[in-house]
Parts: sequence; C-alpha cells; structure tokens
Amino acid sequence: MSDKTITILHLYSNDMNIYGDRGNVLCLKCRLEWCGYTPEVIEYNQGDQFPSDVDIIVGGGGQDSGQDKIKSDLQKIGPKLRELADNNVPMLMICGLYQLFGKFFKTADGEIIKGIGLLDIETYGKSERLIGNIITHSEQFGDIVGYENHSGQTFLGNGVQTLGRVRLGAGNNAVDVSEGARYKNVIGSYLHGSLLPKNPDIADFLIEQAVKNRYNEVVSNNIDDGLTRLARKVALKLPR
Amino acid sequence: MSKPLVTILGKMVRNVAKLRGGGSALPGLVVERIDHDFIKNTLSTLPLGIVVISGTNGKTTTTKMVVELLESQGLRVFTNRTGSNFTRGVAAALLGDIDIKGHLHADIAVLELDEAHAVHFVDKIPPRFSLILNVMRDQLDRFGEIDYTTNLLRHIAISTTNTVVLNREDPRIADISKSLEKQKVKFFGLEKKLSSVFPSDDNLHNHSSDQHATIDADVILSEFTDNSATFIIDNQKINTNLKLSGVYNIFNAAAALTLVRAIIGEKTNQSKLIKALSQTKPAFGRGEKLIVDGHPLELVLVKNPSGFQLGLKSFDPIKYATMIAINDNYADGRDMSWLWDVDFTSLMANGVEQVSGSRAYDISLRLKYDNVPVTSTDLDLKKALKHFISNNPDKPKRIYCTYTAMLTLRRSLSKITDVEVIK
Repeated sequence: MSDKTITILHLYSNDMNIYGDRGNVLCLKCRLEWCGYTPEVIEYNQGDQFPSDVDIIVGGGGQDSGQDKIKSDLQKIGPKLRELADNNVPMLMICGLYQLFGKFFKTADGEIIKGIGLLDIETYGKSERLIGNIITHSEQFGDIVGYENHSGQTFLGNGVQTLGRVRLGAGNNAVDVSEGARYKNVIGSYLHGSLLPKNPDIADFLIEQAVKNRYNEVVSNNIDDGLTRLARKVALKLPR
Repeated sequence: MSKPLVTILGKMVRNVAKLRGGGSALPGLVVERIDHDFIKNTLSTLPLGIVVISGTNGKTTTTKMVVELLESQGLRVFTNRTGSNFTRGVAAALLGDIDIKGHLHADIAVLELDEAHAVHFVDKIPPRFSLILNVMRDQLDRFGEIDYTTNLLRHIAISTTNTVVLNREDPRIADISKSLEKQKVKFFGLEKKLSSVFPSDDNLHNHSSDQHATIDADVILSEFTDNSATFIIDNQKINTNLKLSGVYNIFNAAAALTLVRAIIGEKTNQSKLIKALSQTKPAFGRGEKLIVDGHPLELVLVKNPSGFQLGLKSFDPIKYATMIAINDNYADGRDMSWLWDVDFTSLMANGVEQVSGSRAYDISLRLKYDNVPVTSTDLDLKKALKHFISNNPDKPKRIYCTYTAMLTLRRSLSKITDVEVIK
C-alpha cells in the first residue's frame, strides 16, 4: 500500500446509520485499498470538532429521533459542508441526510425541519411509504440497483440534476421518474443496498474525484468485479 | 354460528390442510372469518389467563422455555408451538387442542406474538402477563423504524393487566416501565461484566457500551459457559447445566425464569424450576443440532443484524464447516442492506464453505468486503446443501440461514436425517 492517504468522513455515524450505511463506508475503504491508497475513516458525531481536512463525506438515514438529535449540529456545520461541496469534495448522502442536505423537510403534520440547502431539493412527508426494490438508470453510471424505504417525497429544483431515471419503483417521489440528486460531486439518493457495493461505478467516481482533488492524479483501477456483476444480474431481475 | 359447529368446521379444515401438507394458518383463517370472537371466547375460560411474549429476537425459544418451566410447576399450558406466531396461527393451534365442545383443557396460555400482530391481539384480548425481550432493527421494510416498533411493544405492556417483565439491559425496553402505572413491573438483567457480550441495538451501531442500569432485577445472569450458567435469584447464586446454546438463548433463560416466578409467585418450586431449565432444548433452527452422516449439523436462524452478530459470537467457527443461506422472501425481509451491518471478520480465518439462497451473491459480495474466503456459491438451496455435506464429510457443520431458507433446508434434511417437522 502506498503512503497516499484518503480520508473518509462518516457523518453522524451514531444516529444517522439506520440500515447498511456502514456498507457504503466499507466499500469505499476497501476499494481505496485495492487501488493502492491508504483509507482513513473518521466518524463525526454531534458536538465533535469538524475535521479540517477530508476527502470524501458519507452520510446515511436515520429515524425521527436520530434526526432530532443531529439537526441543530448539522446547521452549525452546514456552511462548512457547502464550502467543501463548492470545492468539489465528493459526498454521498442517503435517505435522511439526503433530505436534510436539501432546503427543508415538511412533515405530514406541517412542521418544517430546516435543511442546509446544499442541494436544491424540497421534501414533503407523506402517509404512504415507498418501499421495495428499485432500479434506475443514469447515463454516467448505467443501471443503479437497490432498495428504497421512505415516506418523505423529494422534488428537485433547477440547481441539481437527477442521479437516475426510475425504471422500477418510485424514486424521489410518487409523481415524476427522478431518483436522487447531484450537485458538483455531491450525490444524494434514497437507495439502500447498500448502494455502493452493488453499484461500484458510483464508488469509483467518488474515489476518482477525491484522488484528483488530493493528489491531482488518475486512479489505476484493476478491481475484479465479477462477483458484483453476478449480484447485479440477480438484482436487475427482482420484482418490486 | 354456534360454538360446537365452528369448532367442528375448523377442525375439519385443519385435518384437510394437514393431509394436503399445507400451512398452519389456513384453518385459523377459516375459523376467524366465521367467528371473530373464537380466540377470545376460548381463551377467556383459562383460570390463569394469557401470557404474551414479544420482542425482536428469541421469542420462539423463550416461549418454549416458559412453557416447559410452567409445566414443571404442574400447570397445563396451551401454546402456539408451531412457530406460526400470528393471530391465525393462534386460532389454528387452538383448534388442535380443544375438544369437540370447544373446551380448552389448560390452566394458562403462553403465546409468542410478532410485535405488529400482538398489538391487534392485545386490543381484543388483554394478557394477564407479558414479557418484552428486546428491540433491534429488524425488517424495517415492515415496521419502518425501531422507535415505532418500541411503541408497538409499549402498547402490549400497557394492555397487560397484572405483571410486565422487561429487559433491564435494553434501554428502549427498560424505558417502557415509565409508561406503566397500573401494572407490576419485573426486570431481568445481566451482571455488568457481561454487558459487552449482549449488545443492545445502540451498542451494536454506536460502538459505545455500558448502558448498565441500576434498577433492581428479579433474575440476573451472572456467568455462563458453553453448557452451564449461573443466575442470581433472591441474592443467591444458582448454577445449572444447560442444553441451550447461543448467548442470546442463555440471557433469555433469565427472562423466562423471571416471568414464571411472577406467574407462580410464592408457590414457586425452585429446584423443579431449575431442573426443567437444565433440560430445555432450543426451538428448531435456533442452534438446533441434527446428525448427518455421524457428524453434528447445526441450524442457526438469522433474520436481522443483531441476531446474526450474536450468532457469530455464540458459535466458534474453528473445526466447523460453515454455510450461509440468504433468501429475500417477505418472511426473510426483502431489503438486503442489513447484511452490511453484520461484522463477518470472525469467519475470515476459516472461511465459508458454501453460500446459497436467492441472494447468495449478495452475501458472497458482503463476505468479499470482509476478506472472508468463499469456496462455493450456488443459488439452488438443495444442490448447495448436497455439495456442502459431500464436500465436508469429516467435519461438524453449521448453517446460518434466513427463515424461508431454513424451511427448505429442513425439508431436504428430513429426507436424510431425523428432523422435527414444522407443522
């Protein structure tokens, strides 16, 4: 392994880590190693000192109680996160933190939870839960496979692009065919799976951007993804 | 329709369904359709009332323990033994046990109920006693989130008329006691030194430990080995041999002892109680041992990250051949992300011989990211089982499997060895 370190920040690993979000961190960590870099994982939780130097930021979903615990801290680090995003730092936000990276979450009871506005998206709590296997397609990443489970419905503004177009399942909302959002190197998505292990092109995109930012070099990637292709083949045939 | 008629009709459907080899819930469904109050009317005749056992992990084995412990105290116990733990399963089990006039010859009913179904059940029929084991993230595709599941369990506790038994070491469960005003509350617990061995959901995800409470517990597990345990009951240390394996089963023995002591009260015959506990075997698929070609084969049911993690902690992989079978049917949970919350590194040194089930490649991929070598992967469970047995002739074997994978494996195994048939 080289002495070239890439630092992954796991955002709110205690309270926003409900279902397999560790898988995304593990996937980045392993693939960085397999590409010859030294990954370092830092867990950030509310009240911690925000690290000065990070290369990739990963965040996950939480329950209502988890969101309550982190929402004021998130406002505090919001300006820092926006600055990092504008400096092209790659980030992956799933489910709950995807929503809170947006402008607001309006709950079914009408309460407004303020987001950090990094992504130009708005989310509305609904009584219906969108649950099941999901397949979307992106020009850059091909087919994206996973599982969704959310009652918040997200609508995209002009400042973001969609991550994928839904082929099976619901995606951002029950109205249009968009799933996820992108701004610079920030990706938000509703997909569990975990997302990255079965969609390694997205993992490699985050790694390439991080390495480019830090070392201004191109990653040489010889990872054997044969097993991943078999798992994806099964995922592409699953019913909703 | 009159009660004997409903009973006769239900029993007929039950027999036909059995001939057909069908599931346990169908006759219950038929009876439920005809007579909504069938369960209530039948169970309300029991002198000691109804006991409900719920929680995420360990319901089936704990229920089996409680039944055997109550029987050791001379009680006749009705239970839903078939593992079909929904209301219809209860109705179906009742049909098997009542006489033609609809009388149930039992003193008490002990029912294992799934969290969501338990809520509907207790609204109709309030239990006299309830035992809430734990709450872990499980099948979030069904329940949404763990706080929601906790509220379902709280509802069961509030509906209980006499005594609620709670897990002191699970902060969400211990907290339920604050919502209880009318009920007596008893806790089961662990000695502090063991708390790292039994992580609660928070410990599992936050890597922090030491949630140890200072509340008094009726029964405390103080030490255990592979085949024995020491409990503290009334400030007295009691050591006993056990046929249960798996750390979670042993902790739930403390739960079962607490519940039975609450039900029987001062009349509890402690030596009979401990003797019965020492003879209790785990329920099917919960560390159950079969013999195949002269070597033991263990089935370990896994259905959520905490259960899988505890299973891996409980059973040493050394000298064993290991197989993992993961299906994604509704009863297994359809979202596979939970596999990424389990730490498989304890299998790294010995590897996994065989992987199977409809999501075999998902678990193989998961193992790859923990550097666990996998010898063979086959989506077909029957073929995989055959390979696994023939490729490892001289070794004891262990299969970690999800619920529907376990049912398929048991059917195949019943052709080559002695397996308790699931009705």
